[in-house]
Amino acid sequence: MKADPQFYDYWAYDNRPRIRWPNNARVALWVAPNFEFYEFDPPTNPQRTPWKRPNPDIAGYGIRDYGNRVGALRQMELLDKFGIRASVSLSAALCDHHPEIIEMCRERNYELFSHGVYNTRYNYTLNEAEERQMLKDSIEVILEKGGQNCSGYLAPALSHSEHTLDLFAEVSTEIFGDEVPLYSCDLFHDDQPTPLKTRSGRKMVSVPYSLELNDTIAFVVNKAEPRRYGQMIRDAFDVLYAEGAESGTVMCIPTHNYQVSCPHRIAAFEEALAYITSHDDVWLATGREIADHFIQHHYDEAQASIEAGLAGGK
Amino acid sequence: MPSENPLLQYPHRHYGMDHHRYPWQMLHQRPQVQWPDGNKVALWVNISLQFFPLAQTDKTFQVPGGMRMPYPDLRHFSLRDYGNRVGIFRVLKVLDRYGIRPTVAMSAEVATRYPSLCQRIVERGDEIIAHGLNMDALHHSGVDEALESERVRVTCETLREATGQPITGWLSPGKSQSFRTPDLLAQNGIRYMCDWVNDDMPYSVDTAHGPLVALPLSTELEDTFVLLNNQHSEQSYAEQVQDACGFLLREAETKGGRLLALSIHPWLMGQPHRIKKLDEMLAHITGQPGIWSASASDIIAHAGV
Repeated sequence: MKADPQFYDYWAYDNRPRIRWPNNARVALWVAPNFEFYEFDPPTNPQRTPWKRPNPDIAGYGIRDYGNRVGALRQMELLDKFGIRASVSLSAALCDHHPEIIEMCRERNYELFSHGVYNTRYNYTLNEAEERQMLKDSIEVILEKGGQNCSGYLAPALSHSEHTLDLFAEVSTEIFGDEVPLYSCDLFHDDQPTPLKTRSGRKMVSVPYSLELNDTIAFVVNKAEPRRYGQMIRDAFDVLYAEGAESGTVMCIPTHNYQVSCPHRIAAFEEALAYITSHDDVWLATGREIADHFIQHHYDEAQASIEAGLAGGK
Repeated sequence: MPSENPLLQYPHRHYGMDHHRYPWQMLHQRPQVQWPDGNKVALWVNISLQFFPLAQTDKTFQVPGGMRMPYPDLRHFSLRDYGNRVGIFRVLKVLDRYGIRPTVAMSAEVATRYPSLCQRIVERGDEIIAHGLNMDALHHSGVDEALESERVRVTCETLREATGQPITGWLSPGKSQSFRTPDLLAQNGIRYMCDWVNDDMPYSVDTAHGPLVALPLSTELEDTFVLLNNQHSEQSYAEQVQDACGFLLREAETKGGRLLALSIHPWLMGQPHRIKKLDEMLAHITGQPGIWSASASDIIAHAGV
């Protein structure tokens, strides 16, 4: 085991080369709803049991099924209202189980990126060939049934191996060559995109994905009240919008159709989105668009700045 | 060569659900529901009257409200019993003030231990739902079939005898089920169950003994979940219920009738420091146009399931 995942180097937030988003926006906002499928009777991973109660855990399964039956359309209609195209973190098996939802995403021109096959299958204990097989499966399904060459990856249920990011880059390159701008949402170390190191040398960036603003983390782990969650989103936006006047920032709102789409939570979320979109200098983007823009315009100077910083410069 | 690791085998990966209880269907694909008198939201208040045995034996998972201290856990036993002695009467008084007819989910053992309480509910005419034998007689896949079958049978028989009601509704202790629970319920004359929270509206479920209706009793808005599990304040609980009500009223303008299902535990909301919030919350909800307070069976009858 390592003391440091070794995907990125230290890079102080101040004195970085300025990031300029399209139309001089201060903040690139992306909404990343997780569209997931959790299994009724999944196998148990030796390192993590999918459900708290014995299968079938109808409490856990039921509310997640609610996300697909009720919450998905509700969140999509809310995003429609604000002209936001979602970047969907997708359990690839949802394409098999619920193709109607994929069709609704395609009608809206959403980005679909890989969130594994099922959110009840973890990468723990898989060997490299097996993790590679799972990744390839998810990317191929998104190509075949979602019609997109997958650009991003968020490991299912945030379950990682030491080589998860390397494998994603390698599998993508095998399938698509170098045509896809690659990004990871598995690292929470920054509010701006950062270059990542992969063992194959394939170019890949980390696009900020705020774990603290992830509704499941906010509601289930940190037990935030729904209205407080709305306030957290606004407060985060105010800071990133102010700082974005100096150099472009990224704000991500990661959601789940079984959390924020519940009737007692969606009104506060709607108010937060209304607040954000009432500002002029916001780029309503997708994860891929942010990654692509950064790679095209800022990657090289970012890399030079990181190296200068490591060498003791500013 | 694909891996043979069981963690990478997907035997149920195909169109639709990965089980056979109900077909895959999104809420908006179903016919819109019209409630009586043009109302928009059906308000279903379910009160749970529960018996928690002091000697709790099944520790498969932590039962909400269950014993958690070393035996004898007098603290939690008596706090729960408070609901059956004191809290229930406070809660009923508030409901009566706003003309809300609750359904009452009752442990069979409440009916046998506290027959006068059971009779009070029967005399009020409130619909009673079977809530298992007691809060330690759980339903999950670790319980053998004969025992689970016996639990369902005895619960239904006891409550039918004690109440004189047909008892067609079921709420499992801790909302937990085994793979076979819905089959056993249908076999014992149950017509609807309230354990599944995968929808905002009732829908039909398949069993080996004919169809059942699933009437979702929201856990996310349940008093115990918000106040105890999430540790939110009484004020926040009331705000959450009011926000849900407001949202459902708006959604019902274009999508058909909606259901606001509130699960109340007298041992929690019946406490003196909480009852006022329940009162204010229900005043707010029932003060809005378009709210139809109804029993579980009335809601199902009008939902066309």
